[in-house]
Amino acid sequence: MPFVRLTPLLLLAGFLGGCNMVVLDPSGDVAAQQRNLIYIATGLMLLVIIPVMVLTVVFAIRYRASSAKARYEPEWDHSTQIELAVWAVPLLIIIALGAFTWADTHLLDPYRPLGRIDHATPLAEEVEPLEVEVVSLDWKWLFILPQYGIASVNELAAPVDRPISFKLTSTSVMNAFFVPALAGMIYTMPGMETTLHGVINAPGEYEGFSSNYSGAGFSKMRFAFHGVDEAGFDAWVQKARDSEATLDRATYLALERPSEGVPVELYNGVAENLFDLIVNMCVDPGKMCMSEMMAIDARGGLGLAGIHNTLPLTYDKFARRGTAVFGNEPSYVQSLCTKEEAMAGLVERDGAPMRDRFTPLAGRGLPRPGPSAMTPIRTSSLPDLLKNL
Amino acid sequence: MAVPTTVPVSPIFGRLTLDAFPFHEPILVVTFAVVALGAAALVGALTYFRLWGFLWREWFTSVDHKKIGIMYMVLGLIMFLRGFSDAIMMRLQQAMAFGGSEGYLPAHHYDQVFTAHGVIMIFFVAMPFVTGLMNYVVPLQIGARDVSFPFLNNFSFWMTTAGAIIVMASLFVGEFAQTGWLAFPPLSGLGASPYVGVDYYIWGLQVAGVGTTLSGINLICTILKMRAPGMSLMKMPIFTWTSLCTNVLIVASFPVLTAVLVLLSLDRYIGTNFFTNDFGGNPMMYVNLIWIWGHPEVYILILPLFGVFSEVTATFCGKRLFGYTSMVYATVVITILSYLVWLHHFFTMGSGASVNSFFGITTMIISIPTGAKMFNWLFTMYRGRIRFELPMMWTVAFMLTFVIGGMTGVLLAVPPADFVLHNSLFLVAHFHNVIIGGVLFGSFAAINYWWPKAFGFRLNKFWGLVSFWCWVVGFWAAFAPLYILGLMGVTRRMRVFDDPSLQIWFIIAGAGAALIACGIGAMLLQYAISIWKRAEYRDASGDPWNGRTLEWATSSPPPDYNFAFTPLVHATDAWADMKARNYRRPLAGYRPIHMPSNTGTGVILAGCALVLALALIWYIWWLAALSFIAMIGYAIHHTFNYHRDYNIPADVVTHTEEARTVQLAAVAAQ
Amino acid sequence: MTHAATEEEVRFHLAEEPHHPEGSSTMLGFWIYLMSDCLIFAILFATYGVLGGNYAAGPAPRDLFELDLVAVNTTMLLLSSITYGFAMLEMVKGRTRMTLFWLAVTGLFGAAFIGIELYEFTHFIHIGAGPQRSGFLSAFFTLVGTHGLHVTFGIVWLVTLMVQVRRQGLIEANQRRLMCLSLFWHFLDVIWIGVFTFVYLLGMLR
Repeated sequence: MPFVRLTPLLLLAGFLGGCNMVVLDPSGDVAAQQRNLIYIATGLMLLVIIPVMVLTVVFAIRYRASSAKARYEPEWDHSTQIELAVWAVPLLIIIALGAFTWADTHLLDPYRPLGRIDHATPLAEEVEPLEVEVVSLDWKWLFILPQYGIASVNELAAPVDRPISFKLTSTSVMNAFFVPALAGMIYTMPGMETTLHGVINAPGEYEGFSSNYSGAGFSKMRFAFHGVDEAGFDAWVQKARDSEATLDRATYLALERPSEGVPVELYNGVAENLFDLIVNMCVDPGKMCMSEMMAIDARGGLGLAGIHNTLPLTYDKFARRGTAVFGNEPSYVQSLCTKEEAMAGLVERDGAPMRDRFTPLAGRGLPRPGPSAMTPIRTSSLPDLLKNL
Repeated sequence: MAVPTTVPVSPIFGRLTLDAFPFHEPILVVTFAVVALGAAALVGALTYFRLWGFLWREWFTSVDHKKIGIMYMVLGLIMFLRGFSDAIMMRLQQAMAFGGSEGYLPAHHYDQVFTAHGVIMIFFVAMPFVTGLMNYVVPLQIGARDVSFPFLNNFSFWMTTAGAIIVMASLFVGEFAQTGWLAFPPLSGLGASPYVGVDYYIWGLQVAGVGTTLSGINLICTILKMRAPGMSLMKMPIFTWTSLCTNVLIVASFPVLTAVLVLLSLDRYIGTNFFTNDFGGNPMMYVNLIWIWGHPEVYILILPLFGVFSEVTATFCGKRLFGYTSMVYATVVITILSYLVWLHHFFTMGSGASVNSFFGITTMIISIPTGAKMFNWLFTMYRGRIRFELPMMWTVAFMLTFVIGGMTGVLLAVPPADFVLHNSLFLVAHFHNVIIGGVLFGSFAAINYWWPKAFGFRLNKFWGLVSFWCWVVGFWAAFAPLYILGLMGVTRRMRVFDDPSLQIWFIIAGAGAALIACGIGAMLLQYAISIWKRAEYRDASGDPWNGRTLEWATSSPPPDYNFAFTPLVHATDAWADMKARNYRRPLAGYRPIHMPSNTGTGVILAGCALVLALALIWYIWWLAALSFIAMIGYAIHHTFNYHRDYNIPADVVTHTEEARTVQLAAVAAQ
Repeated sequence: MTHAATEEEVRFHLAEEPHHPEGSSTMLGFWIYLMSDCLIFAILFATYGVLGGNYAAGPAPRDLFELDLVAVNTTMLLLSSITYGFAMLEMVKGRTRMTLFWLAVTGLFGAAFIGIELYEFTHFIHIGAGPQRSGFLSAFFTLVGTHGLHVTFGIVWLVTLMVQVRRQGLIEANQRRLMCLSLFWHFLDVIWIGVFTFVYLLGMLR
């Protein structure tokens, strides 16, 4: 976009050439489009900002009290033309900017799969995006690459020009996943899943970090993002496969305890469905998964019997480290093993017909929240338990 | 201090133990020593000069809106010094912590500092400034003797003060929240923040919030019910208009804050599941709810200052305000739109493209009325005769600064741009650009403008100019680097950095902050010198700027009753109209004036609320119960007092007004 | 005032004190306060709307609510509003004793309402369905409990006013206070209609 290159912001960037303005000079196509929008919006606004600033200075000098020759009209306080202009000009600019906003917000929606590699290259049909499952832990990043069966802590590599599809969640508090060179940020939230799409167009060492304050170790919650060619990526994958560590549930539960400045760690082999279990907050085998709980809730809960379906919590990361003074001891909802166990525990209130709370979902009740491009969702897969019933 | 996971709760002291006092933190010990010495000196001086009784009778228990307004300003100024020292500490830490250095603040301390800075600057600096100005000026501008509910006004002030004391207490006993100024759960939940920090936050804001809501109700009633005859809504001074809109916003948004903090405290005290991760809680609901309060709050802060700039521009350009009607409509439009934009604070939560664009575009729409206001000030200057006194200088500085902040604000409202700028130092620079450039510059303009009205003498211009230039240059030196750092991808609230190329910018920003410190020093010096040489700066006319609105029609400082006769208003700029038509001050016919009496109830009730809050923070249940009963009991006791007012006898009024006549004659003779 | 009007110049002040009757802004102020309180309830309703279906695999409304009890409770509160109306009618007629009588009846109905609500709450907590069990129960206890707290506060206020009316009679200040409490009391009634419909009736239907 040649015309936006002329904007003073870029001139300013020229003066500041010594420093690395990664937001204005990214290496990923998504971030580059977001940068372009910054230029367009700034340019549009400067159309009105510059005249206002110039006029302020000009009027301030011209109509100063010591200036004898300036006209003075103390009673002049209205002009329909000027009023129209001062409402219309900002309005027109906002209409233009609003149009860009609407289009680009949809185009650059983090949930929208990419349609191109860069401004000149459309995405080839057969390219399979690199899937990365991201978990923000206290205070480090876990990356799971399900296509390769590997995982890593505080390091991620991605091949240049191959789209990356991130699924993100968090374990205890909210963070934001941000690699400025790659694409805009997105929140990671416990018990919820967000999505981000991006592509890196130039090889290099990039920085990624949490851009939402998350507690004491937040400042050191940084990771290296390597943009590499295919060979480099294969080498990185191989390095992980050569690792002796595996990320099973127990390893994960140890990993999710708070720690700071954690060195890079690679894992060969990841527990089955680990990301889903993390999203559903049931890596700990005794805990009921969120998806399971929501499916039960959608059918009306577990009744009075469900009240006591909780066990004391001894340790859950640091969640519930404190006990509310007037509350119960910390506890969690137990998972159910079989339908029989569930039905046996179920007591309906006197006289009420027994409701089957475990009928499969097909066709009844509210639709289960499924993967949607609109909202972050708690989970996408039905728990195995209910499938088997 | 390591965060204790479980603190034993004793029946007498709750969870307050000796460990809660930070003897092992040298910074805090020194701070405490300095504060304690200062306080001891102050208490000693007050005792020595026998001022306690005077302060209690004439100020603390006063229901006079003018005195309460001044007390709000003093509160704001004191808290400003605290909030600014937090800022200096952050600047220092961020300029130091490079290349493996941890700086001088550990996370537990640094995280409290930035949280406290945000909370204090918004709730206990900007809010008292705004409320103080409205309290002082609005009744004078509408020709009233006081606000609708004078006792409530006193109570509101003391509740705000109690909230400030709660936040300040956290400095020396226990800890403050380490959550950021809005305390998002789950970080602010019991799991991640089990100790007293978040409780201090909650109760500080709850106590102050009661005061703010009540003062909002009070000022709405005052403006709607107490206007001088003839002053229709469209003849109200523009500052009164913006105050009306601000107070509508306060009443329509602070209850949301109250409710959401109640929910958070229930989570923390009885273990409910509103914002927890498990048991069906939803932390994102907190983020939505608190911003439904938080965005209107931004306009609560800026709207009154828009009013100040309008008054100042009209006065110092010697000209009617250009486009009064469109100014009023712009204010009302901003008021309404401020409720439709809250989601722009978290586009990156992933709400989807249509939701994000809706809130992005509503946000941009707000810039239209704001832009219209900017043009109206501009065309007020056009063909005016501009006197560059300090208030006008602050206004011009505001116009040149605020437009940049507005521009970066609209930029952040474009969701895809926000995805790369959100939570960055660019964002930090943006909101400081509008809050310092708008709210603080406006408050300084207002202080310089109305000081002669409040005290009867002008402020020293030289030190005002020094302060002005230090502030304006210092502001840009401190925050332009943050814009650049934001574009370099630096996130806010970071304590240590890896990339050494960032350091120079933090050092420049630190230098800017030092320059601002000089500006604050010059400002305090300006006040001190002006008070010292007040005889020299005396303004006997009551109208030093050739003002246009009614507050300039009475003496400086105004008598308790403001106006001996209730003014009758014929035009928008009532006082300018009176002067243009050769108004002559009545010299006889004075009558007794009915006024509210002072009462200590506000101090006592707010004191009970303070003790209650501290007891709840520290789990000292017996004290909580006791102070709660005391508060309710005393409030009921207060309602049994039916005699809350008195008459100023006619001869006292006559005496005061005759002194004024002599004073005016002396001015005329000069 | 009239002699000033005959002068040729425009008058810029009132020769007499304007009549701002004592407490002239009180009703407006109290209305605005009620609206701000209404906002608090709006937030609690919204919270209940969001969390009301999150049972955390625990009990749902129809496992817990006893509609008969709630119907009795609602009747208590509605009746108390009616009797407050009677008290206001007597107040207008200036009959102190009858006013006090109806205020006392109102207070008793209010106390009955609170008693039934407390019984319901303790029962839930006793069987383990306390506010900690699920998001739904947290929102339920908070919404209904906040209303109950308001009613409790209203009763304290009512008793205070009864004492004041006994001591001072139906003077103007007391009449104004009774009007404010009347607004408050009916406001709580309206809120309860919302609670009854939105929480209890809709809850049984889910």
